[in-house]
Amino acid sequence: MILKDLIIIGGGPAGLCAAKTASEAGLNILIIERSPKLGGQLIKQTHKFFGSEKTYAKTRGFDIAKILIGDVLKRPEQIEILLDATVVGLYPDHELTVYQYGIYSKYKAKAIVVATGASEKFLAFENNDLPGIYGAGAVQTLMNLYGVLPGNSIVMVGSGNIGLIVSYQLMQAGVKVKALVEAAPKIGGYLVHASKLRRLGVPIMTSTTVKRAIGKDALEQVELVSLNEKWEMIQGSEKIIDTDALCISVGLSPLHQLLSMAHVEMKFVNELGGMVPVISSEHETSVKNLFVCGDVVGIEEASSAIVEGYLVGLIAAKRLGYIHPNYETLEANYHAQLTNLRSGPFGLKTRIGLAKLRGEDYAR
Amino acid sequence: MLDKTGIALKEQVLSRFPKKELLVKAKAIIECYQDIPCNPCQTSCPFGAIYIGDDINQQPKLIVEKCTGCGICVTSCPGLAIMLAKTEREKAVFKIPYEFLPVPKVGENWYAVNRSGEIIGDAFIEMVQNIPRQDKTVLVTVSTKIDYLYDFVTIRSRDHE
Amino acid sequence: MRIEKHPILTFEPKEELHFIFDGTPLTGYKGDTIQSALHACGIKKLSESIEHHRPRGFYCAIGNCASCDMTVNGKPNVRTCITMLEEGMVIISQKGKGVL
Ligand SMILES: Cc1cc2nc3c(=O)[nH]c(=O)nc-3n(C[C@H](O)[C@H](O)[C@H](O)COP(=O)(O)OP(=O)(O)OC[C@H]3O[C@@H](n4cnc5c(N)ncnc54)[C@H](O)[C@@H]3O)c2cc1C
Ligand code: SF4
Ligand code: SF4
Ligand code: FES
Repeated sequence: MILKDLIIIGGGPAGLCAAKTASEAGLNILIIERSPKLGGQLIKQTHKFFGSEKTYAKTRGFDIAKILIGDVLKRPEQIEILLDATVVGLYPDHELTVYQYGIYSKYKAKAIVVATGASEKFLAFENNDLPGIYGAGAVQTLMNLYGVLPGNSIVMVGSGNIGLIVSYQLMQAGVKVKALVEAAPKIGGYLVHASKLRRLGVPIMTSTTVKRAIGKDALEQVELVSLNEKWEMIQGSEKIIDTDALCISVGLSPLHQLLSMAHVEMKFVNELGGMVPVISSEHETSVKNLFVCGDVVGIEEASSAIVEGYLVGLIAAKRLGYIHPNYETLEANYHAQLTNLRSGPFGLKTRIGLAKLRGEDYAR
Repeated sequence: MLDKTGIALKEQVLSRFPKKELLVKAKAIIECYQDIPCNPCQTSCPFGAIYIGDDINQQPKLIVEKCTGCGICVTSCPGLAIMLAKTEREKAVFKIPYEFLPVPKVGENWYAVNRSGEIIGDAFIEMVQNIPRQDKTVLVTVSTKIDYLYDFVTIRSRDHE
Repeated sequence: MRIEKHPILTFEPKEELHFIFDGTPLTGYKGDTIQSALHACGIKKLSESIEHHRPRGFYCAIGNCASCDMTVNGKPNVRTCITMLEEGMVIISQKGKGVL
């Protein structure tokens, strides 16, 4: 059993930022990251981020990752990092099992921050298991990390920000985006991103979904169908498009499995993306000294994951007796930033979701 | 319309253009029609010509008199929602953000494209700027017929299949 | 199907690695996963499903879904999307449950 003060599970923006403020407070930290690189979702993002300048908006995602990773690498005597290491077990007494290079090891910490982010939702349709049908994250990994094209052309399913942005990235890589389809009657993501695609000639088809995929050993065609106001398929509206790739981007759900294993009290909150941990105003779960931040507590954005991370790092450190020299100012500032980021119409879902999570009525 | 197709209505577009008399000098046209948590346009403008305010969700407003047409906001906006427009006798001159290959070259003749992605005519490449601060968003100056003032939004290479 | 030119990213030339897929010699690059190297060679079908022998490709590319499992150097059920390609690897597409 290896003993640690604070263990952070997940090295995405939330986990990295928690490590930064907790280390500034004087604490020693271990970050455990499943993939070979730190940075989470950010390392695959080639676009300039929207959000607030305070959380590095207008900087490209992979460059934001470099900044956040740089902050953590500045304190090697305090922050230890395990890469290619997956936390496979988390138990109520703050013990965890880590799998790395074929070996399982046990760790125990005084406090834990879970910042595991989210996983992609899937879509049911005929032949959805054909090679050539990929999740949006997979397309980004292949294209932006390994420099390999997913196909010559693609049909994108889902008009949230991810579907819109990944379509744009596909075009930059040289893939023809034949259509972007959305089952809802309206585009889900930011309209600036939609307009950016439309002017490049990508048809955006709302009230439309995939009926089936067609192909022998790999995808050759997709059949699309229009939906009526009751979301029923309209007979006769089917349309076949030739394509060798189909990308599914129909939303994310928090990666909650570890938290459930630790017997944390969970709640299903649709607005936050699925099963999420019930948390206090300090981002503490029902298990003492087990904190959460980022997409694992509700699907949002890097800007909010960054600020939540900074906040939770401060709080976890304080809990173990290490008080950040600017604790009060910073804490108030982070709360204010989160409130501001969530105050608009796009933050409504998060506001309702958080209220439900806390068992409050949400009054507009 | 915009929220179904991604194409802004003519009225929406016109509402973002200052009076034609003012367009003898280049002005920013900010096509950001939705309250989203975003503000790099405001924070990047060195002349304080874009106002969002304390609530980051508000839509940006251009303070026309303060806008010098410097173009910094054009390459700072992550939504690529800003361009500059001005009129020069029979020509409309734009500065647009561009993030594709091939990068246009001065003197080339490209297609002018509207908000629906359709080719509307010719666009002449007048200038191409790509300094480190722009972080790979190329700023392209193009001129078209004055008729396209309210329709033009981007360019497309003639080699595009 | 490699990206040669990109307006934002730069992919530096890398050392070539040679491997064998179902008896055919192929080439990938250092830094590739087994799956990205195969995909770059145009190979999308990585295995067949256990019950109905349906073709399978990768789906998540982060080791979550098991749809990219293949037999590598005699070892079955290797997650090829998170396993780095190495010189001389022998990769076999899996039909049904991987067996030793
Ligand atoms: C295409 C796309 C575009 C986006 N654009 C924007 C944008 O413009 N602006 C913006 O603000 N946001 C944007 N986002 C959202 C943003 O990237 C995410 O909200 C943010 O990354 C969430 O941070 P996180 O740290 O909570 O999770 P993640 O970034 O997902 O990081 C979680 C980390 O935990 C690791 N992990 C998971 N499970 C384990 C385990 N069991 N053991 C060890 N490690 C584990 C993962 O490998 C990962 O590295 C975008 C997202 C996508 C996909
Ligand atoms: S063009 Fe220059 S002055 Fe005008 S709004 Fe943009 S940044 Fe400000
Ligand atoms: S930076 Fe662009 S997308 Fe963001 S608010 Fe300003 S105009 Fe809108
Ligand atoms: S593609 Fe999902 S585990 Fe490899």
